[in-house]
Order: sequence, then C-alpha cells, then structure tokens
Amino acid sequence: MTETILNGHYNFAFLDEGAKREIRRSVLKAVAIPGYQVPFGSRELPISRGWGTGGLQITLSIIGKKDCLKVIDQGSDDSVNAVSIRKLITATTGVLTTTDTQASTIIQSRHRIPEEKMRNDQILVLQVPNPDPLKSVSPKEKESRNLHAEAEYSGIWLRLYEKIIKYGRTTMGADHPVMVAGRYVMNPSPIPRFDNPKLNLSDCLCLFGAGREKKIYAVPPYTEVVSLAYEDHPFTIEDVSSRSCKYCGATNVYFDEIFDSVTQEHYFQCSDSGYCEKRRK
Amino acid sequence: MNDTRPVLTVRNLVVRFGEGCDYCLSGSPLDKGRCPSCYSVWAVNRVSFDLYPGEILGIVGESGSGKSTMLRALYFDREITYGEAYIREYRDGRENIFGISNQQKRYIRNHKMGMVYQNPIMGLRMNFSSGANIAEKLIAAGVRHVGQITDRARYLLDHVEIPVNRIKEEPKNFSGGMQQRVQISKALANNPPILMLDEVTTGLDLSVQARVLDLIKRIQHELGISIIIVSHDLAVIRMMADRTAVMLEGKIIEEGLTDQILEDPIHEYTQVLVHSLLY
Repeated sequence: MTETILNGHYNFAFLDEGAKREIRRSVLKAVAIPGYQVPFGSRELPISRGWGTGGLQITLSIIGKKDCLKVIDQGSDDSVNAVSIRKLITATTGVLTTTDTQASTIIQSRHRIPEEKMRNDQILVLQVPNPDPLKSVSPKEKESRNLHAEAEYSGIWLRLYEKIIKYGRTTMGADHPVMVAGRYVMNPSPIPRFDNPKLNLSDCLCLFGAGREKKIYAVPPYTEVVSLAYEDHPFTIEDVSSRSCKYCGATNVYFDEIFDSVTQEHYFQCSDSGYCEKRRK
Repeated sequence: MNDTRPVLTVRNLVVRFGEGCDYCLSGSPLDKGRCPSCYSVWAVNRVSFDLYPGEILGIVGESGSGKSTMLRALYFDREITYGEAYIREYRDGRENIFGISNQQKRYIRNHKMGMVYQNPIMGLRMNFSSGANIAEKLIAAGVRHVGQITDRARYLLDHVEIPVNRIKEEPKNFSGGMQQRVQISKALANNPPILMLDEVTTGLDLSVQARVLDLIKRIQHELGISIIIVSHDLAVIRMMADRTAVMLEGKIIEEGLTDQILEDPIHEYTQVLVHSLLY
C-alpha cells in the first residue's frame, strides 16, 4: 500500500513542494518572532479542518526521510485521531514511527506535551484549535492584530481577573495564556496547565499550527515562556501530589482519571501512554 | 501656586465625513453643515475651546449639531480630519494628542480621560461583572494585583452608591441609572484629570437624573476634576455647568458663563434655544 502511494500517486509527504516551501517559510518567520502568529495558506487535506490539519501541515512540511515520528492525541498513541494522522504521514512518506518520546525526532501532539523531557534535536508540533488569545476579547481580526501590535493585552488579563473574583481562582483547565519572550501573549494550544511550565526554556523547538484559523506560531528553544498570573494569585499547575498511576506507579505526571463501571472503582493512569508503557517494560 | 493653565486646549478641530472640495475647504458657507458642492458633512467645523482646572464646561446644542462627535473625537473613538488638542497633564501640554501613536492615545484614554457614554453598552462590557468593568481601566494602567484592583473597585462602587455586594453582578442586570453610575466609577478608576459625559441623563427618569447629576457634582467637588458635559437639555446645563458653549451645525457659535448664556444670549439661535426652554 505504502509503496503504491509513494510510487507516483502522491508527492512525498502528500503536499506539493511549493506548499511545503511556503509553510516552511512561515515556520521560519514564526521562529524568528517567538509567539507571533504568522498567517499561512492552509491547504486542503484528506482530514477535516479542526482535526489537526494545522499540525499535520507543519509535520508534512518539515519531515524528512530519516525522521522518526511519534503522534499522540491527549497523550495517547492509540487514539483514532493519532492513528489516522500517523497512517497518512507514513503512507505518504514511509518514515519510521515510534511511541517512544526519546526515539522520535518529530512529535505531533494534540493537547499534551510528553512527560519525558525533549531534546534540542527534536521538534514538537502542536495542533491548535484557537490560536488567538484575543479572539474572545476582540472577534475582529483587524482589531486583534492591532492589539497584538501594540502589546495591549488588558482584555486577556481581564478574563483572568473575572474568573478570580467569581470563583476565587483561574478556572482555565487548559489553554492558559502565556507571555512569550516578554512580548507576545500566546495560546499554548489546549495543553493542561500542568504542561505550561514545560514550554519555558525548553530544549526543543515547539511549533504550533492552526489549520482552520490558518496560523502558525512557534516557541524556539530556550525561550522564556511565562504563564500569565496576578501578583497575589500566582500561576499554579494541577495538584497531582496525591495520585499515582495504577499501572506503572508513576507520580508527578499528568493523569487521566478512569472510572471502571464493573468494579465501580476510580483510578488514575498516566495520560502519556508511551511513557507509561516504557516504564512498565 | 496653583497652575491655572487650561487642562485641555482644543484648536481648530475638524471632523468631516467626505473628501471635501475647493468650495468647502476654502471656508465658504455650508448648508446646515453640509457642503452644497461635494455634499461632505462638516460634523465638527473648526472648533476651538479651553477647559480650565476644576470647571464644568457644558456643550449644548440640538441633535446633529456635532457635540457628541466632537467629544468622541477627543476620546479617540472617532478619527479626526485635522486639528490639535493639548492636555496639560500629558507632556506638560506641549504635544498635540492627535499626532501621537496609538499606544500613547491608549495611555491617555486610560490615565488622563474618563468617558461616560449616553448608551451604557458602549462604555461597559455587559457580560463581565461590574467589578471587572472597573478593573479593566486599572489593568490597562498596568495594575497586576487582584487585591488592589478589587479594593479600588469596591471603593468606587461605594462612591457612586452601588451596593458593594453587587460587585460580581453583570451590569446587564442593573437599572439604567445604575449602569450610568458603573460607567462613572469606571471612568474615574485611574483618577483622570478630565471626565467627559455624553448625554449621561438622557433616557433616565427625572428622579434618577437628579441622583446622577448630584453624584457628578459631588465627585467634581471632591476630586476637583475638570468635566465636559454634553447635553441637549438646557436644564442639565444650567444645573451643572460653570461655562457653556453652544454648538450649531458643527460650530461653536457662542461661549461664556452659563448664567450669561442662559440669561442674556447674544446669538439668535441661542436666544431661540433658551426661549424654547422657558416657554
């Protein structure tokens, strides 16, 4: 099957070379201006917009024949979305795939950053549904671009303030806005707050693609990424101190809470399935 | 020694809708503010005035005379065609505020001016709590301490006679008078030297009108800020303003002490305006 596709039906990595070149240019611009949303011509793909087409286009544009790919969806290597994306990429590139974070060179992910620390020779590609943190403040693109240009982020701070005075804390479980390199406020894609600190001064390059919204942005290695927080309400991650993984015994990682309807038992397991699997071996 | 220089100086302010032509640009007479040649509308036509420290300046005129457009232009809500304005508290009144960057304009809006609109929807975020509405100004001014922001919001709500325990409620659940008072507290959040009021009592019943006007008078007395109040209601102007400017077809046609304007108007239009109030 793979051979058939590679032998003439599709270009390497599905997209035509011109499209990949244009996306790589956008990626380069995004890397040059950390946190800045670079518009790009989002292509049609054999999956629907909103199902990871932004991340997929970045991956297809940067992947080479010697790369080793890992695709995860909410931490899982085996979810339908991850499997579909992995199949498309392998069918049109023939690259090796893995579930081991350390063995991969490119990781495409939705909603999670892997538990294992990524290296400088790896690239993390995140799928993003809502790239613009100002969208809820100013739905008009022109206006929100002006606000970004003027670094006018009061609306985002106001949203945080509103949550704090109404509920006593910021209630955003995911997509907590971050300040990148002291300049642009960025949506870190819907990763849990637990993963926000991993972006700060990370060794690897993090690329964010929003296919439906046609935006690419990036956090280059060793860039300062600070989660927005008020002086008297510091940013906190989810408290996982009293939890451990039922299967591998891991602590201090992000968990999925599982309910077993047969035994009526609640338990936790690692959200990052590849990490859990590796520990069990 | 007190600085008696004007807090706000406006010179030759023009807001024109349309390109203009040789005829109207040369200052030839217009037909009710509209150029008979190119049909451009001169909504604000070469307006100049001064606002002095601690005074309330009333701007009065019929609907469509350009008073709200002028106020919104001064608050940067509307693009001007040309003109100059200087704020004493901004770079010592040496820089034309229409010639500065958008960031600086935002700074002036947040620190040097407060605005209360006729329609609260324009001045308030109806889906945010009243506390957050006040907080917006403080956050824009760089305050990043929830405790400080909330204390200030409580103080201001109390000051405008809104029960402090309604700080978490959204203004859309408030009455018209309360919404105006939330707007006033928001406008005062950063102690601006200039407060602009655009038809603040229009649409409110008489008793609520009186409460809002009393409140403004009290705030002006306590804080000593300078206020521009725009109204088509001469009774409001008589009660509030120290000085009054009368606008007609985008121009200020008469300006002076309020008593003088209302008791002894010189311009024919002002005479008709005052006469229509009395009889």
